Amino acid sequence: MQTVKVDVVIVGAGGTGLRAAIAVAQADPKLNVALVSKVYPMRSHTVAAEGGAAAVTRDDDSLEYHFNDTVGGGDWLCDQNVVEYFVAHCREELIQLEHWGCPWSRKPDGHINVRAFGGMKIERTWFAADKSGFHMLHTLFQTSIKYPSIKRFDEYFCVDLIVEDGRCQGVVAIEVATGKFTFIQAKAVILGTGGTGRVFRENTNGGIVTGDGMAMAYRHGAPLRDLEFMQYHPTCMPGTGLLFTEACRGEGGYLLNKDGYRFLQDYGLGPPEDKPRNKFMELGPRDRVSQAIWHEERKGRTISTPHGEVVHLDMRHLGEKKLRERLPLIYELAEEYMGIDPAHECIPVRPGIHYTMGGIYANLKAETPLPGLYAAGECASNGIHGANRLGSNSLVDIIVFGQMAGSEAAQFSKSVQNSNAALLEKQAKAAEDKALSVVTKTGGKERHSVLRREMGKSMESGCGIYRTAPEMQATCDKIGELRQRYKNLNVEDKSSVWNNDWLGALEVGYLLDVAEVIVHSALNRKESRGAHQRLDGYENRDDVNFLKHTLAYYTGDGPPRIEYQDVIITKSKPGTRAYGAAGVAADEQRKKEAGNG
Amino acid sequence: MADNTRTIEIEVLRYHPEQDTEPHYQTFSVPFADDWSVLQGLQYIKDDLDSSLSFRWSCRMAICGSCGYMINGEPKLGCRTFLRNYYPHKVRVGPLDHFPIERDLVVDIDDFVGKLEGIKPYIIPREPRTLEQGEYLQTPAQRDQYEQYSSCINCLLCYAACPQYGLNPGFTGPAALALLHRYNADSRDEGWEARSEIVNAEDGVWRCMLVGYCSEVCPKGVDPAHAINQNKVNSTLDYFGVLKFLMPKGAAK
Repeated sequence: MQTVKVDVVIVGAGGTGLRAAIAVAQADPKLNVALVSKVYPMRSHTVAAEGGAAAVTRDDDSLEYHFNDTVGGGDWLCDQNVVEYFVAHCREELIQLEHWGCPWSRKPDGHINVRAFGGMKIERTWFAADKSGFHMLHTLFQTSIKYPSIKRFDEYFCVDLIVEDGRCQGVVAIEVATGKFTFIQAKAVILGTGGTGRVFRENTNGGIVTGDGMAMAYRHGAPLRDLEFMQYHPTCMPGTGLLFTEACRGEGGYLLNKDGYRFLQDYGLGPPEDKPRNKFMELGPRDRVSQAIWHEERKGRTISTPHGEVVHLDMRHLGEKKLRERLPLIYELAEEYMGIDPAHECIPVRPGIHYTMGGIYANLKAETPLPGLYAAGECASNGIHGANRLGSNSLVDIIVFGQMAGSEAAQFSKSVQNSNAALLEKQAKAAEDKALSVVTKTGGKERHSVLRREMGKSMESGCGIYRTAPEMQATCDKIGELRQRYKNLNVEDKSSVWNNDWLGALEVGYLLDVAEVIVHSALNRKESRGAHQRLDGYENRDDVNFLKHTLAYYTGDGPPRIEYQDVIITKSKPGTRAYGAAGVAADEQRKKEAGNG
Repeated sequence: MADNTRTIEIEVLRYHPEQDTEPHYQTFSVPFADDWSVLQGLQYIKDDLDSSLSFRWSCRMAICGSCGYMINGEPKLGCRTFLRNYYPHKVRVGPLDHFPIERDLVVDIDDFVGKLEGIKPYIIPREPRTLEQGEYLQTPAQRDQYEQYSSCINCLLCYAACPQYGLNPGFTGPAALALLHRYNADSRDEGWEARSEIVNAEDGVWRCMLVGYCSEVCPKGVDPAHAINQNKVNSTLDYFGVLKFLMPKGAAK
């Protein structure tokens, strides 16, 4: 096995990994960086983010507003010290991307234009048409080429972290084109591996979003935090789950039930107005909108299609010109994939899994509890999204905390030396043998594609928009069974070159570990908060017992050990989470109380 | 689930360097629903019929650029090409033309990635700015000058379409030259002189034979042929030394 020695190794070359790599290079050009990704950087799933990135921009906006929107949107499960740092650094990171060439949409005077987004009090979402993630990713990738200290390992599939002396000191990866293993020894390791949406069947995520980094860190004892909070995006394409950005509603689109009625007014988001109004109606937060669609279905007010029940996204009143200018990708998806012209017809939509709020526990500095290991972006749980992420907060999460992870890891790497090389290489060899055994083993019976499908279906029934204990228990049992069956896997393709039968099997191994954490964390949280909603006697938020983060620890073959951790509250006491007219009243009440206090 | 009532024949190119001396086609019968893409057909084959079939894919929504294949001889994205449009005839899927095959539908794209890295695809600022100074001002009209060229997803359909790249792999090629133009045309950038060597080189814009098929196959409405032509004009002006005089702050605005 080849060994490569660097100062910092980064796994994942999406927005987080690229931003982190540039941060290391800027901190000290003498530090060697290895940027490892199972796909070429521009294929990373950041590419599919559509709507935009939030930062306080307008004169009538404030950091306090962004903070309040984020903390309230997260149903008070956010770590408020981290949110304070976050909102204060969004704008400078977006300006940095502007300087690097990101083609942000502009106002006529040449300044940055902003658009409305769900759950945000003031328009603050920077956008590049409806391809914001695409443009951010390509800008970061192309800019990274300027820095010679960044050595990329494109199409290297990471199989394990190397931990010695209680510190993370490198990774082992397979070169996909040859099947050969490389040990990348490093003084600090950053994970920017994205979310885990592929544990569910119907989702907006790319095929690569398989929780790799989460599972690797978890297996080495780093806790996964708050994974029960999986975000359903309300407007996805029936069948494939492809995303129709929230910007469709930010630009003024309506959601209609089968009677052509703007049903969100029945779910505490009204009253309806013709024009979009921040935090009202279609600009409510994603959890509430998805839940409303679920209720409409139960009331028989949705539309039946071969791909299940749908509601209508109506953008006809916006006109072709505006749609082509502001939402070209959405136009293309509707026309090419569904044969629908959104200027003249409604688009059928239904909720689909979109985003992983939880992840590897990381603090404000992107440090995980495992020294030398940093995590940022969707794979991490640093506390900014709480129980429900607001749209356009994740594209800034990846750069604010990608930058943080890069500069912290750079500093850390200068303060330590690697352990004995022979010990590290022995571990790397063991990791190689373990990954190889998945493909070389004979006599197995199970196909990983079958296990993956059964997992997706079970996760949908147990961890959907609304949850009950019997359904969650059934999914716990099912995932436990699948993890056992995984041991009896048969990978038919035994070859070395581009064997993605083998890599797919390794991905299913990652997915199953993370899926088990999701469902056990959900079953243990006996309350309803944000994206975790129960129908079995725990319909309300319970701040006495569950104003706490879930921490799930790996125990090997068995289910995770669940512990809890206090939420960090600095200035916003948990309050009533309300939108629409009720939200305005709640804001007034809070102001009054603050004035009296 | 939608009914999979119809069955289509998909012929896929197979080549495994550890076993095969020559590529060959293999036919699979795939039951499909009306909204299935060619990519979904390949996924069905991989999951249910033959797990050894190798191909790249990820986003499924024509933005990650992974799933470019030759589909009935035309370069197309597998995720945005639909089986219903071929039925009842069979559909033939092969790897992108003009690239070495690594295995089955997977091609080696390192040549392109090297070219992309070589064109200095980053802002070389006219006036460096600090974060405190805020954003560069750029009007919507200035943004329009380069926007379409920034929409390339690196799917490489244009290289598979380009007869010159097929004959002469040294040619910088459509996507890389369009990206070069994207930066030259950006009001924030002053790198055109640094990039002019690539434009004017033997394998630069002058290799292009004006076929224009690159622009025709682009799934994102980028017009690399136009970018290349624009740079031929600039290259000529550059040769006669008038470009700097005409456009002191950069070419091809």
